Amino acid sequence: MDSATSSPIPPWITPLKVVVAGGFGVGKTTLVRTVSEITPVTTEAILTTASSPVDDTAGVPGKRVTTVAMDFGRVTVSPELVLYLYGTPGQSRFWFMWDELIRGAIGAAVLVDSRRLADSFPIVDFLEDRQLPYLVAVNQFDHAPRHNPAQIRDALAVTSGVPIVTCDARERDSATHALTTLVEHVVTRRRGYPSSVPAAA
Amino acid sequence: MDIDDQDSRELARRSSPADRRTQPAGDIAIEAILVTTPRGVRVGPSAGRRQQLITDLCQQPQSLAEIAAHMGVPLWVAKVLVAEMATERLLTLHHPTDNDRPAERTERLERVLDGLRNL
Repeated sequence: MDSATSSPIPPWITPLKVVVAGGFGVGKTTLVRTVSEITPVTTEAILTTASSPVDDTAGVPGKRVTTVAMDFGRVTVSPELVLYLYGTPGQSRFWFMWDELIRGAIGAAVLVDSRRLADSFPIVDFLEDRQLPYLVAVNQFDHAPRHNPAQIRDALAVTSGVPIVTCDARERDSATHALTTLVEHVVTRRRGYPSSVPAAA
Repeated sequence: MDIDDQDSRELARRSSPADRRTQPAGDIAIEAILVTTPRGVRVGPSAGRRQQLITDLCQQPQSLAEIAAHMGVPLWVAKVLVAEMATERLLTLHHPTDNDRPAERTERLERVLDGLRNL
């Protein structure tokens, strides 16, 4: 799993986090797998949810257990900097987890399927509300219509400041490019450059 | 999922049900990096099966999420274990918010960018 290095453990490793968001079946797991240097692992968060009224009548608080699977991968960008990619659970009923997932994240890549753009509306709303920098990556599924970025931008009602890229989640260069564009976008925002400055390819 | 029921019941007793859902065991980020201390290397083998597994794994830096996945336990279980072990100085935790001035964060992101472009 780790490189066979005999160097001592660096005294300071900074983990950084990028969230890969998107609706169900849009290709988040594929994207994470494509970019990750480790075989992506899935961690299951078992969450107890509040009891339902029916359970209460028995006098014993009932707990419903929900399992949320989240994929993550890792990209070591330098000896001191490790990027962790987290594929968020797509269903909106897991919103209460999203706050923890995005806390401290650099930004988010919202992967969309051009045939099901509406699936990403809640995620875009959430990210805008939390003011987390994000980009939209249009996954190039076989047989899906190819919309131009302006049409996607219009349909998602995102501002001109949000980068929209096309991406094939199965291709390493393409997936890495989406990630790179996201980080460029974040740096550009931090440096206070006008949002209309195009990111370098 | 490989959960040892007895261990989980013990862990559950140590964290309240309400805590389990939100921030159990001291707010450890899922991407926090864990590294075994020299003390952890010495004490780990006698500290318990799971503690030994964690001290073994963390001799190479691991994130909390990776630990949970490798052990096959839910995140909240890993958090409780790791928090206790950090208190006992068997592990150190590295959080991205350490050393967190905005200018440093931006510089760091530019280094990330360089790293990504060189992949």
